[in-house]
Amino acid sequence: MADLLQASAVSVRFGGVAALSEADFTVPQGRIASLIGPNGAGKTTLFNAITGMVAAASGSVRLAGRDLTGLPPHLRARAGVVRTFQNLQLFTNMSVLENVMTGAHRRLGYGVLAAVLKLPAYWRGEREAGAIARECLAFVGLSDLADAPAGDLPYGKQRLLEMARALAADPVLLLLDEPAAGLNPRETKALGQLIRRMRDERGVTVALVEHDMDLVMGISDEITVLSFGRVIARGAPGEVQQNPEVVAAYLGGGEE
Amino acid sequence: MGFSRDLSACGGFLVLLLTLPHLLANDYYISVLILGCLAAMTAVGLNLLIGFAGQISLGHAAFVGLGAYASGLLTTLAGWPVLPAIVCAVALTGAAAWLIGIPTLKLSGHYLAMATLGFGIIVSIVFNEAVDLTGGPSGFVGIPRLEIFGFAFDTDLSYYRLLAALLAVQMLVFQNVIRSRAGRALRAIHTAEAAARCMGVDVAGAKLFVFTLSAGAAGLSGALYAHYLEFVAPSSFGFLHSVQYIVMVVLGGMGNAWGAILGAFFLTALPEFLRAFEDVETVLYGGILILSMMFLPEGLAGGLAKLWGRVRAKRDAGEAGRG
Ligand SMILES: Nc1ncnc2c1ncn2[C@@H]1O[C@H](COP(=O)(O)OP(=O)(O)O)[C@@H](O)[C@H]1O
Ligand SMILES: [Mg+2]
Repeated sequence: MADLLQASAVSVRFGGVAALSEADFTVPQGRIASLIGPNGAGKTTLFNAITGMVAAASGSVRLAGRDLTGLPPHLRARAGVVRTFQNLQLFTNMSVLENVMTGAHRRLGYGVLAAVLKLPAYWRGEREAGAIARECLAFVGLSDLADAPAGDLPYGKQRLLEMARALAADPVLLLLDEPAAGLNPRETKALGQLIRRMRDERGVTVALVEHDMDLVMGISDEITVLSFGRVIARGAPGEVQQNPEVVAAYLGGGEE
Repeated sequence: MGFSRDLSACGGFLVLLLTLPHLLANDYYISVLILGCLAAMTAVGLNLLIGFAGQISLGHAAFVGLGAYASGLLTTLAGWPVLPAIVCAVALTGAAAWLIGIPTLKLSGHYLAMATLGFGIIVSIVFNEAVDLTGGPSGFVGIPRLEIFGFAFDTDLSYYRLLAALLAVQMLVFQNVIRSRAGRALRAIHTAEAAARCMGVDVAGAKLFVFTLSAGAAGLSGALYAHYLEFVAPSSFGFLHSVQYIVMVVLGGMGNAWGAILGAFFLTALPEFLRAFEDVETVLYGGILILSMMFLPEGLAGGLAKLWGRVRAKRDAGEAGRG
């Protein structure tokens, strides 16, 4: 299976701290690839480098062979690289439905002039955005909350809303940063099924950062392990679990 | 998508504005209404910037001044007809905002506030010091009234009607922008800029767009002000006026489409009502502002909406009691 995402030798420094050192991360087309490692290992930083939110000191990011290195975040998003956030980033000044419609931003073609003059392109675009948003809300099971203010949702549903919003962007590659953080076991299990359905029913390729090992081991096709900004292991879930370096990193990391 | 509702709201608003002069005892108050409309034009644009996109401009009065001086100078010194002068003044104001926005809006943080503060100060200095061109601190007179295709808006009432229509149209345009892809992008930037960016929103571009648009509205208001008073002076466009526009937006209800209009009319009319209390006028003005901010966290518009809800609840209860 060809790699959809190829992040090669990515290095990121914050002042004197090397948050990432020559990290390689690949995600095969149509698979779920997880990125694990103790807190502070650089997982979020790698997602930030892939989406263009931090500048990498070196390295390259390619999506389906296209070089994205150096592009600003919104152009990477328009190329199909979409993400969710470890600490939720909802648009709390909008309804649930509007949040998801905003997710469809890159798919709508009409401009401001069409909106001001209410041209047919506007009506077509808004109908499309509404239909996309409702469909994505149905996919994650939030249909009945469409008109609620986004900030009023309980925490677990806010996480689902972020998934729906990302889905509305029709992601080629979806990066999920700790989507199960703060969820109870039942919600986590449902989330695992949702991520699988995204891959199987929508053909979305997923990169997952997650601490819940049952979830990671259960749905990942392959796993990359980061420790102190370096990749220390890579392979199928079974292989990685047996890797002595990984076991040491987790025990030494003092985190789990 | 709310268009017919917006259309009827703006239509109703226009009817209300057109009725107001006939309810007033004194023709003098028409001039207050005119100044209210002009302030509202600036405040509605500023609301788009502050209330919806979450960006602060501390120099909007300077954009109003730029529009006023540009159109005033073009019609007097250059002898242009009024309409093209206004169009040119608006374009110039927008261009100035665009030039300020390009370097500052790429950065996140309070750079726009700082840059607009500096811009306001520079504009004030130019208005005061370029005496040959601007007439200095005492300003210049002789700016012609507006005339379009032979129709002269030479009475206050006719000018007021024109401004009322313009304001209603501006509101409709404003609502159409808000309820679109671009409007959602602006609101998204307000609360979660990073997420907006990761959904494909060109954040710097969107900010530049809304800043330019709001400055253009301020420039239009300024040009129409100049052709109403037939006179401009730097004291109308200083820093305190920039602050006052912000207060109009905040007091009216940030992010509420109609709030800025309420705030603008309220703050324009308030000094007229307080004139009777000569000695304590300023104290009352300040006190009313502070009390409104304390007791109306969602502004005048939010307060009115709440009041309306309560009245309706009471009426429903009354009807239920009778039934
Ligand atoms: N914006 C930043 N400025 C400075 N240091 C940062 C910044 N973001 C992350 N870091 C540092 O980089 C390292 C990796 O952080 P992060 O990628 O968030 O780890 P993880 O997501 O694996 O828990 C940590 O040491 C963290 O303190
Ligand atoms: Mg993290």
